[in-house]
Amino acid sequence: MRLLIIEDDRDATEYLVKAFREVGHVADQAGDGAEGLALALEGQYDVLIIDRMLPKRDGLSIIAALRAQSVETPVLILSALGQVDDRVKGLHAGGDDYLAKPYAFSELLARVEALTRRRGSRGEETVYRVSDLELNRLSHEVTRAGQELQLQPREFRLLEYLMRHAGQVVTRTMLLENVWDYHFDPQTNVIDVHISRLRSKIDKGFAQPLLHTVRGAGYMIRDGVR
Amino acid sequence: MTALGKLLRTTAFKLTLVYLLIFILFAASLLGYLALNTRRLITEQITSTIESEIKTLTEQYEQGGLRRLFFAVQIRSRRPGSSLYLVTTPNGEGLAGNISALEPGVLDHPGWRETSYRRLEAPGAAEGTEHRALVEVVQLGGFHVLVGRDLEERERLYGIISNAGRWSFALVVVLGLVGGFFVSRRVLSRIDAMTGTAQVIMAGDLAGRLPVAGSGDELDRLADAVNAMLDRIVALMHGLSEVSDNIAHDLKTPLTRLRNRCEQALRGSTGEADYRAALEYTIEESDELIRTFDALLMIARAESGHARDDMTEFDAAEIARDVGELYEPLAEEKGLALKVDAATAAPVRGNRELVSQALANLVDNAIKYAAPGKLNGQPAEIMVKTGREGERITLSVEDRGPGIPEADRGRVVERFVRLEQSRSEPGSGLGLSLASAVARLHGGELKLEDNHPGLKSTIALPRAGPVGTG
Repeated sequence: MRLLIIEDDRDATEYLVKAFREVGHVADQAGDGAEGLALALEGQYDVLIIDRMLPKRDGLSIIAALRAQSVETPVLILSALGQVDDRVKGLHAGGDDYLAKPYAFSELLARVEALTRRRGSRGEETVYRVSDLELNRLSHEVTRAGQELQLQPREFRLLEYLMRHAGQVVTRTMLLENVWDYHFDPQTNVIDVHISRLRSKIDKGFAQPLLHTVRGAGYMIRDGVR
Repeated sequence: MTALGKLLRTTAFKLTLVYLLIFILFAASLLGYLALNTRRLITEQITSTIESEIKTLTEQYEQGGLRRLFFAVQIRSRRPGSSLYLVTTPNGEGLAGNISALEPGVLDHPGWRETSYRRLEAPGAAEGTEHRALVEVVQLGGFHVLVGRDLEERERLYGIISNAGRWSFALVVVLGLVGGFFVSRRVLSRIDAMTGTAQVIMAGDLAGRLPVAGSGDELDRLADAVNAMLDRIVALMHGLSEVSDNIAHDLKTPLTRLRNRCEQALRGSTGEADYRAALEYTIEESDELIRTFDALLMIARAESGHARDDMTEFDAAEIARDVGELYEPLAEEKGLALKVDAATAAPVRGNRELVSQALANLVDNAIKYAAPGKLNGQPAEIMVKTGREGERITLSVEDRGPGIPEADRGRVVERFVRLEQSRSEPGSGLGLSLASAVARLHGGELKLEDNHPGLKSTIALPRAGPVGTG
């Protein structure tokens, strides 16, 4: 995956470039808004990571300029402003995701990977399949090895989100934001309990577990044989 | 600026001047109208008297010739308070009458005119003084006949009125200026007192308050409002310094721990495992710090009223159901039954996210502090409810735990305050502060009550107009 990081904090950028390289991604960098926009316009990137406050040109105006030129590369906005209305402003300007500083690299990585998948065809599929687990988005039926599973509406949405990002790490905050639409930190880790409930419904009694905990990062649904 | 200059610049004094001018114009036009009309009336009377006398004299002349005319004139002249008469030859020699002197040329032109004259006094008396008179001259058989009336009475009346005008003008001006002076001085002294206090306050003494005279006038109302504002400012400043103290304490403590841990790792660690453990601890601790920091920012934002911008109408019952649903598995895992009673729509206008978080904090607290081990045989149950109290919508969380002693209920809402018995639980001590700040942001309040036994924490919010149940 090729990434472009537009961020004026050199240390932070160096760290990100290195960290992305370690997990097998290539990241270019730009130190100010003007350079960033030029690179973003010419380069073939899978995801752009843009800081909100930049010299020469601020992050939101870069996004606006890109979208005006029909460049639809997914954008993740990084910002020290973590408030809900700033997030709304960022997403409204054409950003695809928003992450407040300071953040954990695992969180950033999970979100960037989720963004690349977003462009794939998975969003339009009617039936999601992981191994012998099937989720029908229209009939709201979930089966494992042909056997129907009874899920609560929220459990269904949780599973749907996990399966849309099958094979990718999904963090607790991503789940809270996308499944519950909450953008605050609920202190105690409520998500873990929801996950373990879901796990008991889809994995219990089957030899092959599909819902995995990724230590220090989040969760992932995947076919064990890989 | 001199004291007098200051006085003359006051609004009160300027208003006095304006009213004075208006009053003077009004009085002057009234008196002037009166004077003119009186004068006209008297002149009309005089004219008609003279006309009737001339008519009589003409009749006398026509009946008995000059002799009869002289005779009539002479008799009439001697009557007390008589009119003025003069009969002369065509050359102007006086033949009869009571006038000793006239302005020259009066007799030459028949008709009306005003003239000065002297009355012919009885022999031996001093010569009469000069007066003004209104006269009519006619010619009878070549002789000039003049009949007139003294105008002294008219002039005197006119004089009285214009004198009254002058005096009242003087009096009004003097009284008005003195009155304006005193009123302005009174107002000015109160304003000066207020300004003085304001300067003292600006110099840093926030305990000062504007003087209130107690008369309930507009200056008192202003002073009351300013004093209330000062009270609010003092409360805010107090809160601010308390907050910075708290922040200093509660952020420095974990920072110190963090630093100590790093130092210890540098000094005493022997292998990679030790370093790894120290680093993991560092990340955990800094995440905790970030979380505290975020919560503080959130509270500050709610308290400053910024979040008012993104307020929408929503159903609080839906929030209760959503938050209940989010926490229900966690409660169950801890051996608690979390029930939601929020069937009827409860429309509220506000920031959905903040209200959700405030309620989530209350539920989180209930799960933490009302765990089965702390229940003393009470049912392990938490109720999340919505309700209506008059014009307010309530979102409440009821538990059966140990509750909060009444004396501590005011205190726990403050930032970082954690009661002794809760020190062992994880948490920042900011949950209730945030809930309270959110409630206040919406014009409501956070109430902590006894649930007999247990704690009932309620967020009361003003009710909005009805919304769709969807």
